[in-house]
Amino acid sequence: MSVTFTLNGASQSLDAPDELPLLWALRDHLNLTGTKFGCGIGQCWACTVHVDGVPMAACQVPLSAVAGKAVTTIEGATDAGFGHIQDAWVTEGVPQCGWCQPGQILKAAALLSRVPDPDDAAIDVAMKPVLCRCGTYARIRAAIKSAAEARS
Amino acid sequence: MSPSRRTFLQLSGAGALALVVGCVTTPAPPDPDEVPTPRTLDDGPRPGAGPPAAADAGTELSAWVTVHADDTVTLTIPEAEMGQGSTHALALVLADELGVPFERVRVRLADADSRFGRQSTGGSSSIRGSHDDTRAVGAAARAMLTAAAAARWQVEPGACTVKDGAVHTDGQEPLPFGALVADASTLEPPQDPPLKPISERSLADVPRWDLRSKVDGTAVFGLDVRVPDMVYAALARSPILGQRRGGVGDLAAVRAMPGVVDVITGDDFVAVLARDTWSAFQARDQLPVTWEGGHTELTTEGVRTACRDALPTGAVARDDGDASVALASASRVLEATYEAPYLAHVPMEPLSATVHVQGDRAEVWAATQSPTRARAAAAEALGLPEDAVAVHATFLGGGFGRRSHPDYIVEAAKIAKAAGRPVQLVWSREEDIRGGRYRPFSVHSLRAALGPDGKPVAWEHRLACPSILAGMGRGGGIDRTSIEGAANLPYGVPAVRVTAAAPELPVSLWFWRSVGSSQNAWVTECFIDELAALAGADPVSYRLALLADKPRHARVLKRAAARAGWGSPLPEGHAHGVAVHESFGSFCAQVVEASLEGGTPRVHKVTCVLDPGQVVTPDAVEAQVHSSIVYALSAALWGRIDLDGGRVVQSNFHDHRVLRFDEMPEVDVELVTEGEPFGGVGEPPTPPLAPALCNALRVLTGEPVRKLPLVG
Repeated sequence: MSVTFTLNGASQSLDAPDELPLLWALRDHLNLTGTKFGCGIGQCWACTVHVDGVPMAACQVPLSAVAGKAVTTIEGATDAGFGHIQDAWVTEGVPQCGWCQPGQILKAAALLSRVPDPDDAAIDVAMKPVLCRCGTYARIRAAIKSAAEARS
Repeated sequence: MSPSRRTFLQLSGAGALALVVGCVTTPAPPDPDEVPTPRTLDDGPRPGAGPPAAADAGTELSAWVTVHADDTVTLTIPEAEMGQGSTHALALVLADELGVPFERVRVRLADADSRFGRQSTGGSSSIRGSHDDTRAVGAAARAMLTAAAAARWQVEPGACTVKDGAVHTDGQEPLPFGALVADASTLEPPQDPPLKPISERSLADVPRWDLRSKVDGTAVFGLDVRVPDMVYAALARSPILGQRRGGVGDLAAVRAMPGVVDVITGDDFVAVLARDTWSAFQARDQLPVTWEGGHTELTTEGVRTACRDALPTGAVARDDGDASVALASASRVLEATYEAPYLAHVPMEPLSATVHVQGDRAEVWAATQSPTRARAAAAEALGLPEDAVAVHATFLGGGFGRRSHPDYIVEAAKIAKAAGRPVQLVWSREEDIRGGRYRPFSVHSLRAALGPDGKPVAWEHRLACPSILAGMGRGGGIDRTSIEGAANLPYGVPAVRVTAAAPELPVSLWFWRSVGSSQNAWVTECFIDELAALAGADPVSYRLALLADKPRHARVLKRAAARAGWGSPLPEGHAHGVAVHESFGSFCAQVVEASLEGGTPRVHKVTCVLDPGQVVTPDAVEAQVHSSIVYALSAALWGRIDLDGGRVVQSNFHDHRVLRFDEMPEVDVELVTEGEPFGGVGEPPTPPLAPALCNALRVLTGEPVRKLPLVG
């Protein structure tokens, strides 16, 4: 059936099975490949998107659950006001392979929207779900702090 | 070793709109007296492909440079970009040597190209293998542009200089590169272009070329390839290793599932084609396929027993002095048996390949560490000549060795051929973890005898490790990947005996980041620490006394100990452990500060001193140290692949844990660059982590750690 939602600020309708995870609706039906597949069971959060501002693992969200809601993906991150976070990621030289970074950025963006100047403990709690195998955690922490500073 | 022969190629032809220069390197014939340096992932024939073609074995392409008429420059880098950043380092070197500002440079990853021999990234070889050739290509292009300008001005080339993408001479307006392209294209490349001295090098201080696309979602990885009319494929897999496909039932119900386009049955496979990956997975799980045979008897315990039983049958890999006599006559002898598990690579981007077969041609898009190996394997699977198969490079969402095997590309090629349309085959995470290609399981039996002064007078290391190379059809003799890090024990012990057995087991193996050193450094560095404890000696001093002839080992060890405050008081319940190891031409020492929290190891800090001789981009090297430590720490704590009834027990991140954000230790890095030849960087910081951690835990508990992983 057809589901209508707001995707990166624009209205989007998609005719697909209700239970199709948002991850695959975005990647395979809408060709927004910035949202990454890592595990399919909500363990790695590479597929983090915002649904009405809340970070969610898109592999665990059925398409039908976003009907009428606003979805932000990495492709819409700059327009959503997260450009300074993306800039901090580049300045701090965070990405290595880069696969998990869209998820890392959107998870950090949700934290910074809620807590403009997070301490280490808050960063730990917020970022714990998102896995990276390349060892970018230390630079992610630095980039979150530098993005917070840029907005203070 | 005599130098390699370098041949410059001018690829653009006279009067072209762009000047294209590259070079092909023909390695010097091997010196029979020289011990070859392992380039583990690079130097073999392709699996299943018979002997290598002459071009593949004999030549290697460097980067190549395209100077466009609009003054921009494209640098084409044949190395894979899997996060290590070496493509950026090579681009910086090339831009600097050419004399062009980096903002006018576009970097592209090279497709497989039959003109240029082998393209393969592994063995920590990108910079040490390509730095000099890349530099030479920049110099050759610069010399041609200079010659073109000099001819136009009717001056000697020596009267010209190159700066900011233009050629300069006294009394003339500078000529930008673009204005010289047509003239330079008529020239023969110089065969020995003068290189800019390293001391005059001024590399651009710019973010890595790939970062912006990796933070805005536009970077194209293997899974992100989208081709018109493409469908997504999932393959039926046997639940038990080694099974053959038996009967296939009525497929009508699966074909009727939502999103399913077709079900394809080949000679040895069944695959679902669907409108999206999820529908392909869902339908694949419902396929009525029966499986026959398989290694139902295979268990971890059985592998352990096979390795233990094989220990006495090992071939001698090193035999200095007479270890058995010394062991028999010594008053103090320590014996220990260590066991390291199978490990999966688990790159964050699951495996995939996209293939379009059209008649007698095919196109492949894949995140691969070896485009040329991928092309050879796809061509063989499709029954096409290699030149009929194009392999397009993408970013790799992690490699760690896994992506140098082309199995997933071969599968996609077979499906695409049967489908008659573009197909993207996607592996789920479960398929990745259960899909074989593991770091070998190994068992190690060690004995050492201590002399009156506490120093070892004999060292015997018998190891049993299934052979990676035998599985590639390159068996015969000792698998050098199984003894690296063991046979080259650096310590000055009068009698050293190392034997290696390779029990045959039906489990697919492959190169895992740092390969044999990943287990052998753990064994040897834990055992030397146990000997130090037996001798009542400090672990750092004990090692240093045995490293008199190994100055680079000793240097990184001393610096790491000093930097970490070795011997200074630590917080209550914390302990230091240390390890030092040489691999891939680099030397690395680490000091780990660890504690036990409710019995579970917690790493607080890792101090790492790495000596790769030289570095191009220190920032990227530091990132690789972090990467190696996270990778090794995940493996030391939780990494294991268990077998039960022929099934792989682990399946996804819930039962195959990797390090999370709040578990990341502080990492302090020092690089030693005293001008020795380039060593590798992507792997050498991996091996010391596990032994340094285990040595810290031994201090905390009083019990040696002789089995990995530490948790579970």
